[in-house]
Amino acid sequence: MTGKITKVLAISSGGGHWIQLLRLRPAFDGCAVTYATVREGYRLEVPGEEFRLIPDSNRWNKLALLRCALAVLWLVWRLRPDVVITTGAAPGYFGVRIGKLLSARVIWVDSMANVEELSMSGAMAGSFVDLWLTQWPHLARENGPQCFGNVL
Amino acid sequence: MIFVTVGTDLPFDRMMRVVDSWARDHDRRDVFAQIGEGGWEPEYIEFTHFLQPPDFKRRFDEASLIISHAGMGTILTALLCGKPILVMPKRASFCEHRSEHQMATAKCMCELCLVQVAKDESQLMSMLNHLPEFIVPGRIVPGRIGPVASGSLIDSLHDFILRSPKMRSAETSVITKRS
Repeated sequence: MTGKITKVLAISSGGGHWIQLLRLRPAFDGCAVTYATVREGYRLEVPGEEFRLIPDSNRWNKLALLRCALAVLWLVWRLRPDVVITTGAAPGYFGVRIGKLLSARVIWVDSMANVEELSMSGAMAGSFVDLWLTQWPHLARENGPQCFGNVL
Repeated sequence: MIFVTVGTDLPFDRMMRVVDSWARDHDRRDVFAQIGEGGWEPEYIEFTHFLQPPDFKRRFDEASLIISHAGMGTILTALLCGKPILVMPKRASFCEHRSEHQMATAKCMCELCLVQVAKDESQLMSMLNHLPEFIVPGRIVPGRIGPVASGSLIDSLHDFILRSPKMRSAETSVITKRS
């Protein structure tokens, strides 16, 4: 170890994405974690941890997408994480995309809900993320997403 | 109590209409629903549009059955709290979701014996009419997941995250040399 604590940004949209992200918490042991998501109420679920609120967005609303992307850009620029990890969807995509541009190692964990094919954002993230994961073994491919298990 | 939830995003009128009509026909006053924004509003059962996480958790704890869209968040919460859950998949073709993935999610989770699935309105009504028969203890195996994930996924992520930055610069320099 170099003695420097690894800074992790764990970012996702709400609902199932957020619940799955929280189930990955043991993977962040020994790191300085900042959680970023889209509802203020979720702050209560990570007591004592760094928490940032970002605007929600999805591909049906282009203006919200832009607002979300700018907020995530500002967040990642200020935080300078070593690692960005997301379970999706649009806010998480911006997190890994911008994190990658700013030299973080970035991880996409596709939601367990995507059984037949990767999510649209998950498929798009595949071209640049450092670790690209699906939670279903039958979706894993050579030169594609890997599967190391699921959040259950 | 029966707790009904449609998720944090879009409403789910097809499911809500069935649950509301069933509750009225059977005079069930122990049903509470979170219905999302902008959809049809139930006439008989008590509802709210959105619940903050602590209220959501309280409703879950009080419930003996969860009726929900086939969203992973609700399914995981039900498994964690040890509650039987009946799901009906949202369909993108009815503008209930942005993709058609919930049909497959529901099918897979049902095959793992983690949820019961009603594919559509008529199946949901029929299952509600036979509630005592399908909530057989042991048929659904709730409470089988811990508060956080475990095993190979966590280990792999932890290893990847803690890979030292020094090693990373070494890797980068190798890549740079190659290119």
